[in-house]
Amino acid sequence: MRKILGGTLCSAAALAALGSAALAQSPATGDAAGGEKLYQTKCGGCHSLDMNRVGPAHRGVVGRKAGSAPNYAYSPALKAADIAWDEKTLDLWLQNPMAMVKGTRMGFRLSDAQQRAEIIAYLTAMSAKAAGGS
Amino acid sequence: MTFHQSPADRALSRRKALAAGGVLSVAGISVLAGSASAGLFGGKNKKTKGDPEADAALINTAISLEHEGIAAYQIAAESGLLEPAVLEVGVLFQSHHKAHRDELARIVTTLGGTPVEADSQAAYAEQIEAGNLKNQADILQLAIRLELGAANAYLGVLPGLMDPDYHHLFARLAADEAMHWAALKGAVGEALPQNALSFG
Ligand code: HEC
Repeated sequence: MRKILGGTLCSAAALAALGSAALAQSPATGDAAGGEKLYQTKCGGCHSLDMNRVGPAHRGVVGRKAGSAPNYAYSPALKAADIAWDEKTLDLWLQNPMAMVKGTRMGFRLSDAQQRAEIIAYLTAMSAKAAGGS
Repeated sequence: MTFHQSPADRALSRRKALAAGGVLSVAGISVLAGSASAGLFGGKNKKTKGDPEADAALINTAISLEHEGIAAYQIAAESGLLEPAVLEVGVLFQSHHKAHRDELARIVTTLGGTPVEADSQAAYAEQIEAGNLKNQADILQLAIRLELGAANAYLGVLPGLMDPDYHHLFARLAADEAMHWAALKGAVGEALPQNALSFG
């Protein structure tokens, strides 16, 4: 039993290594459709598009200044940060928010570059819709 | 692959379970040691590794998450939409979230911070869009989403905590949320993930 399990674990690790090697070769490009599900599962504990919850509402975040969602009580650090959210700044933020803005209350990190790209593509699509709709 | 266990396997799992119990009591001891040293040194701050203020901020964010979870189960319980058996499980899970909140709040206080307070029930009802919950199935889907989000939140925040004691705690919190999620998925008859390492 142990032997079989060991074998399975090894090959799974090998596959994951192959997978990340493949990803490393192509720059991460995001697909908003995949991003929606990822957004739900990774960010949905704290965020939603239209409601301020543990974290601020996200519709329209791409293109707006950090710390500017109406009626959300930001940390002083994020409120004061001079950042405009775009693909690049969001990618940095999601790798390690506390390294980007010392004193922020969001500590969540997403280490997978492909997943970051998909979530950012989704947020961009939702933000464009918000701008178009208003 | 089957789930049959040989007697030897069963003995092994019993040993594993005992070992897990051992780990818990080690955590218990370190918690005791932490509060004892806080007392000895007279200050509010536990003698921590790293950056107690930053850790307290992240732990406070986790408290906000637990507050929302507790409120969501409360709203579900009061909705009148749940069958008795489902209600019973909901109340159990809510009690776990209350215990999480209490443990996290205790730590924030030990770190010299102030645990974040809960918002009003009405505010949470709006945040989780409780108006859209029309039946038990809607409520179960919401609970599944929130529990998965919470498990992933703990796992994604864990590496940013400076004190390794809190890594252990956040892993245990994530395990509770994953346990809730798996039970709820089973209750609605949905398939479990095909791939390993789907959390985090
Ligand atoms: C553990 C809860 C939690 C999780 C999980 C989480 N966040 Fe956050 N997020 C927060 C909090 C809290 C803030 C506000 C931080 C502050 O005020 O310092 C925030 C702020 C942000 C901001 C800044 C918004 C603004 O208006 O300036 C962005 C962007 C963001 N989060 C994106 C994400 C994305 C994308 C994910 C998922 C990959 C995610 N967050 C997961 C809690 C979380």
